[in-house]
Parts: sequence; C-alpha cells; structure tokens
Amino acid sequence: MKTQPMKTIFRNLSGQHALPTALALVSLLIAGCNKPASDQGDSSGGVIKIGEFASLTGKDATFGVSSHEGTVMAIEEINAAGGVLGRKLELLTEDNQCKAGETATVVNKLIARDNVVAMLGEVASSRSLEAAPICQANKIPMISPSSTNPKVTETGDYIFRVCFIDPFQGTVMANFATKTLKAKRVAVLTDVKSDYSKGLAKFFKERFVANGGEIVTELDYNGGDKDFKGQLTAIKAANPDGIFVPGYYTECALISIQARQLGITVPLFGGDGWESEKLFEIGGPAVEGCYLSTHYSPAVGSELSKKFVENYKKRWNGKTPDALAACGYDSALVLADAIRRAGSTEGQKIRDAIAATKSFPAVTGAITINEKRDATKSAVILKIKDGKYEYLETVGP
Amino acid sequence: MAEFLQQLINGLALGAIYALIALGYTMVYGVLRFINFAHGDVFMLGAFAGYYLAPLVNRCLPAQSYLGGAIVLVLAMLICAVLGMLIEFLAYRPLRNRPKLTVLITAIGVSLFIEYSCQHEAIFGAAPRKFPDLIPTTAWHFWGLVLSSNQVIVLATTLLLLGGLSYIVKRTRIGTAMRAVAFNEQAAALMGVNINSIISFTFALGSALAAAGGILFAMNYASIEPLMGVQTGLKAFIAAVFGGIGNLPGAALGGGILGVIETYAGGIPGLSNYRDGIAFAILILVLLFRPAGLLGKQQTEKV
Repeated sequence: MKTQPMKTIFRNLSGQHALPTALALVSLLIAGCNKPASDQGDSSGGVIKIGEFASLTGKDATFGVSSHEGTVMAIEEINAAGGVLGRKLELLTEDNQCKAGETATVVNKLIARDNVVAMLGEVASSRSLEAAPICQANKIPMISPSSTNPKVTETGDYIFRVCFIDPFQGTVMANFATKTLKAKRVAVLTDVKSDYSKGLAKFFKERFVANGGEIVTELDYNGGDKDFKGQLTAIKAANPDGIFVPGYYTECALISIQARQLGITVPLFGGDGWESEKLFEIGGPAVEGCYLSTHYSPAVGSELSKKFVENYKKRWNGKTPDALAACGYDSALVLADAIRRAGSTEGQKIRDAIAATKSFPAVTGAITINEKRDATKSAVILKIKDGKYEYLETVGP
Repeated sequence: MAEFLQQLINGLALGAIYALIALGYTMVYGVLRFINFAHGDVFMLGAFAGYYLAPLVNRCLPAQSYLGGAIVLVLAMLICAVLGMLIEFLAYRPLRNRPKLTVLITAIGVSLFIEYSCQHEAIFGAAPRKFPDLIPTTAWHFWGLVLSSNQVIVLATTLLLLGGLSYIVKRTRIGTAMRAVAFNEQAAALMGVNINSIISFTFALGSALAAAGGILFAMNYASIEPLMGVQTGLKAFIAAVFGGIGNLPGAALGGGILGVIETYAGGIPGLSNYRDGIAFAILILVLLFRPAGLLGKQQTEKV
C-alpha cells in the first residue's frame, strides 16, 4: 500500500521522459559552465543572451522600471524584426533593489552563471560603478543607458554609455541658472552618498562661478535622509536666488516640501535625477515651478521619437515614456546594432563595434560614441507646471 | 538670531519623535534589561498602519480632520501594541531564561525579518510611498520664524504621551508592578505579580509609543518605506543611551538634545555631511565618560 503512490509517480515521470530530459539538461549545464561565455554564445547558435541589472524595487525604483521598460520594448521590437545575426535576443534581468553591494552580486551571477555576452545597466552612477569593474575584468561589453558620472566609462575600454555626462549637464544647468533664471546667488545641496550628485554639484559650481555667479552656501545630506530642515534653514538665511539640488526624486520631493514649509519661495532645480512620476506623488504642489535638465522630452523630437512614444504607450498601458525609458531603449538598440556590425557575439568584437558607433539614429538623438566611450548629445530643460513636465528648451553639446 | 531659533524649533520637532521611540527602548530595557532592536521596525509598521487606515477612516469622516487623524493615530497604536505583544510572545518569551545575549541576537533577527519581509512586493514593497495628509496643516509666521501646525502637534503629542506614560508607571497598580519587576523579577513573582502579563504590557506600551512616533514622523516627512525605521530607530536608541537608558525623562531629554544637535549640524557647511556621524560620536563619548547617561545614576530606580 505504502509503495504504491511512489511507483505511480515514478512511472508517470519515466512515461513522459522527464528523467532523461532532466539528466540531459544537467549535463548541458555542467558542460556550459566550463566554457567561457563568448565561445558558448557563438557555437550554440541559439539565442543571444544579454544581461541587464536594474533597480526595479527600492528607493530609486521608478528609474529602473522606466529604463527597463524601454529596454524590454527595444529587445521585443528587434526580435519581432527577426533578431540579430539570425538569432533572437534574450534579455536576462536582475533587480539590485537600489542597494549598495547588490549590483556586484547580480552582475557576477549574470556573467558567471548565465553567460551573457553583453551587459546593459543602469541609471544610478554609483551602481553602474559597481558593475563596471566586473564587466571590464570579464571582458563583457557594458552599456549604461543613463549613468552620467564621468567615472563610469573611465573604468575601462569595455564600458560605454548612450547619454551625456555630468560636466555637460552641470554646465547646462549653470548656464540656465545664469541666463534664464538670472540667478546671481545660488545655494547647492548635495547628496554625499551619490557619485552622480557629487559630480553634478562640482561641475555646476565650476561653471556658475565662471559665469560670475556666487555660491552662497554648500550643504550636504545623505541619500535616504528624511529631515532636511537643518540644511534648508541655513540656506534660507543665506538668501539665495535659487537652490541647485542635484539629487534623486525621493529626496528632492521631500526637500521641496520642507523648503516651502520653511517659506523658501525661490526655484529649486536639478538634473535628470528629478525625473519621476513619484516626484509629483510625494512632492505635490511643492515641486511646482522647479526646473530640471534631462536627456529627452516626448514633446520634441524626430519621427523616430514620435514612433517610440506611440509604441511605448501601446506596450505599457498608456504610460508616457520619460527620458530614462528612452535611454534604456537606445542602449539596447546601440548594442544590437553593434552585434550586427561585429557579426559575432565575441566580447572583443562587440566592444570594437560599439566603440565605432557613428551617428546612430536613436530616440534621444543621433548617437556617436567618442574616444572616451561617452555619447555626445544635447540636453533638454523641463519646467514643472501643473503636475507635469513642460518642455522649455534644448541645449546643444 | 532668527536662524538660530528656527533651527531650535526644527530640532525640537525632530527630537520629539526620537524621544517617543526612545521611550520604548528605555522602558523595555528598564524591565527586561535588554535592547529590543526590533523597536525601530515597529515604528515603521506604525507608519504603514496609518497609511492603510487613513483611507478607511476617511470613508466615515471627511479627509484631513483632526478627529480622523486622532482615530488613525489611536488605531495604529492599538495595532502596534498587539504586534509588540506578539513579537514578545513569539520571539522573546521562549528565551526568557536564556542569557541576555541570546535574546539580543534574536532581537536583531526579528528586526531584519520584519524589514526584509516587508520589502517583499506582496507586503509593502520597497518603493517609497506618499503618506496621506491626515490633518489640515497651516504655518504661522512670526519674527521671521516659521512654525508649522505639524511641529506643534508633534511636540504636544510627545509631551502628552510622556505625561501619560509617567502617570501609568508612577501612579497605577500596573505601573507599580512594572517597577517591581524591573527592581527584582523573582521577588515580584513571589509577591504575586504576574510577570508574563507585565512584560506583555510593557511591550504593548512601548510599541504603541513607537507607532505614535511613526505616524508623527510620516506626517512631517511624507514618504514612508520599509527601511525607514533603521536609521531613526538607531538614533532613538542613541537618544535613550544618551539620556540614561532605563530612565524615562532621560530618554525624552536625550531625544530632544539629539534632534537639536543634528539639526544645527545639518545647517553648518562642511559639517552637514557628518550629521549622523555626530550622533554616533555622541554615543561613544557618553559611553566613555558617563556610562549611565545624562540622568542615569549608579543606583537608579528603573521604570
């Protein structure tokens, strides 16, 4: 009686050839482990595996989700058009939960266990900086969609990006503060935990002072802080014409609220870290009249861009794409184009092909990868009005 | 001068929240002689309880009313009181007669368990959320200062709860029993005090205060997430040690001073970066020079 169920299970299993299949799979896995990633990609003739590390949950999650949605859409479109080199692309995504240290773990996993041929990710510079040395050491080409800190691509010759860098973004905002806002005295509030924020603050200050402006006070906070009243009270006492906050949206929304509570009425402005729907959800009326620079606005752009906005809305339930979605989309397109031109999935060849990218037509504008492996592109400035981003101007590189 | 006073107001409002949480740490320590590291997470659960309760309460009462806010606050405190008792019953009671270190490690385990399970999408998820505006807010401007109604409410609620707590501990039978357990657990048991129910009550009271802290915190700093209790909980712990752990007025004083120091440090260029560092440096200094804390004495009467 007792052995009966066991037997039935076993019979069912063998009847469906489950056991032999499982054994075959295991032996395949074992064989796969011994081969370097790039070889396996070539010889198998199956899908081309592309790794993606993204911040899908956590503090800056809307960044990761937008960028991921753009990337997924690009991969789907490429596959629908027949794939690359006659093979389909497979995107393997890992969530780093916005945590320090987690990126290294997931990137190692993608390279060692999943044998990806190239890596896409991520928005936040601090986390891209975690992944870059690992990709470089394993000779896996990596394209960051929207990490703007210069140090990211300085890691090595396998690391690229399809967005502008902070020296440019900082300069754009400094010129904007001087020319459009007519600000003479500006306070800077930096997130010292973020490489992005520190970089942007530095380049902003350099240009703003060169423009004849005065930095009246510089204060810091730690990403994840909730109370900024200490800093903002000191800023209010310094009486600036504007406050430059190069941070991420969760803190920027809280900073805006507390600034308004303390009776600070001058505009706050920042970089692409401000761009998120959560900024409005948390910040509400407090973020009205603030400004930010970013990569792209759906309000302006080429035919390609219009088509992207249309398809994105269809694919993601009517959601309007933000700049990070567009950058995520572009990063996958640039990578697919490079694999096509390389005619191979070997790391070295893909790398050379990405480096040779010239005037590639992308949603955020034509992409040319320069000798520092960065894209030279223009920036747009948006104003927050009635709970929406309003296009203000485009600034060329 | 205006800046100095404004920072004092900001600091006291922040410190009042630290004080509320610190009271929970200090009370449990007073009775059981161990640090309940999961206390900061009960604070977070309190804020989330408010987040989910607010829309329910708003069905019967108009949104943003003082009565509605008070009901949300009281309900969240009740929920967290039950949670606190549950944590004690499940995690700490089985270890009552084990070395204190075992319970301490378990407390850290409970804390991590709550933090990480709450980050799962099926519970709260890791993304920050907007805490609803419970009560109408106004701001008063005078002598170049800004005082928001929220800040006044935080200070008033803290003082009220501190008063209530002192009354319970000093004047009621159950408070006397708590002090008896704190003084000598065995002797209290021999005198007919039900140790288990007293300890449960202590956890309930501490957790209710943490929930109040959570709601007040979320009212002032609109975004809430599952890890919000980590840093705030640590600061409150420092406040408790600073004021003299086991000593109720000490916890309130410690919270207030810590909030004010932190706020002033935040407003000084070059020092704002080290705001949290300053808080932890204070902890080390206090432990070096006054191990019993500001108000702690060698033979202090515990809770």
